[in-house]
Amino acid sequence: MTAVEERKTTERQLERVTIRFAGDSGDGMQLTGTQFTRTAAVFGNDISTYPDFPAEIRAPAGSLPGVSGFQLSFSSTEIHTPGDEPDVLVAMNPAALKANIADLPSGGALVVNEDAFTPANLGKVGYTANPLIDGSLSKYNLFSIPVSTLNVRALQGLELTNKQMDLTKNFFALGLMFWLYERSMDATLAWIDEKFSKRPVIAEGNKRALKAGYNFGETTEIFHERYIVPPAHLKPGRYRNITGNEAAALGFVAASQLAERPLFYGSYPITPASDILHQLAGYKNFGVKTFQAEDEIAAIGAAIGASYGGALGMTGTSGPGVALKSEALGLAVMVELPLVLIDVQRAGPSTGMPTKTEQADLLQVMFGRNSDSPIPIVAPATPGECFQYAIEAWRLALKYMTPVAFLSDAFLATGAEPWPIPDPDTLQSIAVPNRTEKAGFYPYLRDPETLARPWAVPGTPGLEHRIGGLEKADVLGNVSYDPDNHHTMQMLRQAKVAGIAADIPPLEVHGAPEGDLLILGWGSTYGAIRSAVERLRARGETVSHAHLRHLNPFPANTESVLRSFRRVLIPELNLGQLLMLVRSRYLIDAVGYNRVRGKPFRIVEIEAEANRLLAELKVAAT
Amino acid sequence: MTETTNASPLDLPVLTRKDFVSDQEVRWCPGCGDYSILAQTQKVMPDFGYPKENIVFISGIGCSGRLPYYMNTYGFHTIHGRAPAIATGLKAARPDLMVWVITGDGDALSIGGNHLVHSLRRNVDIRIIMFNNRIYGLTKGQASPTSEFGKVTKSSPYGTIDYPVSPLAIALAAEASFIARSVDTHTEHLQGTLEAAGKHHGSTFVEVLQNCNIFNDGAFRDFTDREVRDDRMLALTHGKPMIFGKDRDKGIRLNGHQPEIVTIGENGITEANLLVHDETDPLIAFMLAHIYWPEFPVPVGVIRRIHRPTHDRLISEQIEQAIASRGTGNLRRLLDGGETWTVE
Repeated sequence: MTAVEERKTTERQLERVTIRFAGDSGDGMQLTGTQFTRTAAVFGNDISTYPDFPAEIRAPAGSLPGVSGFQLSFSSTEIHTPGDEPDVLVAMNPAALKANIADLPSGGALVVNEDAFTPANLGKVGYTANPLIDGSLSKYNLFSIPVSTLNVRALQGLELTNKQMDLTKNFFALGLMFWLYERSMDATLAWIDEKFSKRPVIAEGNKRALKAGYNFGETTEIFHERYIVPPAHLKPGRYRNITGNEAAALGFVAASQLAERPLFYGSYPITPASDILHQLAGYKNFGVKTFQAEDEIAAIGAAIGASYGGALGMTGTSGPGVALKSEALGLAVMVELPLVLIDVQRAGPSTGMPTKTEQADLLQVMFGRNSDSPIPIVAPATPGECFQYAIEAWRLALKYMTPVAFLSDAFLATGAEPWPIPDPDTLQSIAVPNRTEKAGFYPYLRDPETLARPWAVPGTPGLEHRIGGLEKADVLGNVSYDPDNHHTMQMLRQAKVAGIAADIPPLEVHGAPEGDLLILGWGSTYGAIRSAVERLRARGETVSHAHLRHLNPFPANTESVLRSFRRVLIPELNLGQLLMLVRSRYLIDAVGYNRVRGKPFRIVEIEAEANRLLAELKVAAT
Repeated sequence: MTETTNASPLDLPVLTRKDFVSDQEVRWCPGCGDYSILAQTQKVMPDFGYPKENIVFISGIGCSGRLPYYMNTYGFHTIHGRAPAIATGLKAARPDLMVWVITGDGDALSIGGNHLVHSLRRNVDIRIIMFNNRIYGLTKGQASPTSEFGKVTKSSPYGTIDYPVSPLAIALAAEASFIARSVDTHTEHLQGTLEAAGKHHGSTFVEVLQNCNIFNDGAFRDFTDREVRDDRMLALTHGKPMIFGKDRDKGIRLNGHQPEIVTIGENGITEANLLVHDETDPLIAFMLAHIYWPEFPVPVGVIRRIHRPTHDRLISEQIEQAIASRGTGNLRRLLDGGETWTVE
């Protein structure tokens, strides 16, 4: 790190910075974080974000439940997580301070809006004394700034109500952070102009607030250092910033093009999946048909109807919605129609914590239907991967004529990262033909290789036939109660899904292919696990990382990978669901590390657990 | 995907009832009203000008749910109550198809009530034929949403304490664009009603009063039997006064907003005093949905018929507009959208 003298402020180069913006849910913290993220991404940093907001749209102002946070990490090197703990905490009121201060390490920078620290606001969250002056924050690098007052001063002369002025103070804070990290305001200024093009006074107010914050940093002497985080050395190419939900929506449109069939998306509003519906609803010029159904069941029902008609019928929801869709998903298994079920998991059970992340629906999508009712499951590991696994989900659904579950979660869905924009020409076709040949047609005559049945869509002359939820006679497809036939059909449905193992990439190992400890993960825990493994390996430990993207079936080499290590650790944001599958499937004595706090893993947690296991192994070896 | 347009009937081979009979053995109880509904349905199918591969029957669960197996068209026997939802998706994806939904009083009004209401209000271009036998037949005789109050069934040995719903009133509240009622054994009337339903475009709801001779025999006998039907049922014709009776001498008149039965020729009553049926008038439809034997004759025929854009048409129009204003979607441009930057 180099320090360069420049007037009164010094500049310091940092490898990585993590900022957390926290305020009332009405304070615009998500917007503030998003704007900083865009600016950092376009500058060329690697980024990772973690929006953490309440389910209440506007909880009582100044209350703890109303605190909304947005953490982002930007770096000059490759990063996998939004950071374990912030370097800088921006707290817009006492509630935000109280809810977040425990995460700020000693010596961390704490920027607060001191105007919000009124006796009333302090009282709302149980502060008996003002923490800004009682010395309780002495271990932090406190910057107590009258943001509201300074901001209102900057807006003098504009025809804005007090309320409207107050709503711009987040941009003051953003401007200050832009100054501190030497970032250009241009992208945000342009965004404000576009966003408020019809309300020029509001646009002017927000721009003035942003500049006032920037200039405050420039002209006052309270900050002695500015920080530079140089661009990261990302792989050459064109990039955009993307969240998991955005990447998924793009992936499903791409799948529709690659399959040469229109996409039909039936969905019922539910956090945190609704954004996929919103986004797809805007792609009508791609022939996408979206349907906001009357309930979760109708959403999947309509998707099944669309698939029956030859379209890509898809439905999306979160855990509670999956529960409602279970019976219809079983129907899709029985009639063997292609379908994709998106489950953006959230903390449960029941309504749980709708905006908080968890990965506890694995067993629900795996087993949550009556009878033996197997479906393939894919799970992207990063926001960007949601694109390619959206296509993969459809590839499997079409090739094997089966419903497929796509497991995302709240952290993937709303977290963002730089995404190398794929070249559509490199994407492979996933098109399958409709059955049109009359000779030799039977509704359940299977492809000998994939065991898929033919897709004979209504409108095809000569192939009129009936399907339904009743058991089918093998090949013929007529209703059958024959005992041996039912056994045969159950085995066929199972074999069809199990056979996919031969058609998916092997499980890759990051690090040595054998050794003391393998950390096996799935879904959004990828970043924390990968970072922990890199730290451990840098210290010379023989620790490797493998991450499953296909959870049913598992890649064919899974068992041999697991057996190449003395110990297998499976960290999950649930109480041990992949762990249960692995142990029962392979009789391998894997151990779990399970935390369900509605938050992603921190790197240090996994690192500590790995260290504990490594120590055990060393004791055992002596 | 097949995009078959509805070719002129002259270009198509002439189909008959037999073309719509599948090779599956019909397995309803002997004497069930479903046989007649199936026969009339097969009989009217050739009249709509659709090639049979473009016709789809979708059903839920219950005795009615078996009907698609007996139609030599495309058919989908789905799950309990969800047929309207599945039909909605199919019709949205495939506007070229003629889609029928076969359901029952339990399937449509109990477990599937939500889908019924929403498919009707969206004016989904599907024809929902609801067999109303006022009982759960396939599960062997429990009270249904249309069972009369106090009915003793296996699940209500002391009499049901649930008030019944009027299927027509629900369809009306849901703004179905076509609502009709007919009777299983009145084959000519049923055929005419199914014809009208098949020719309508939009959410079409037909209640067929259907006798379950095993679990609820004679549920409609009091007004549907040959000897009494003319006096106890009111056959509706758009634009005509509401006249009924063997001697065509009874009619419905509005007294204030209350309907009353009057006799033509008594107290100076003439046809001119009678209420004239208007399929577009929601107040008349509401009244007709609520009058029933024994206080009134039971209305049958088309209660309501209005025309407005269908769900699939509205979907297609938005897509056409989006393409007209933004051009056909280009994946490269979509992926490259928003704020991008290049790493050298």
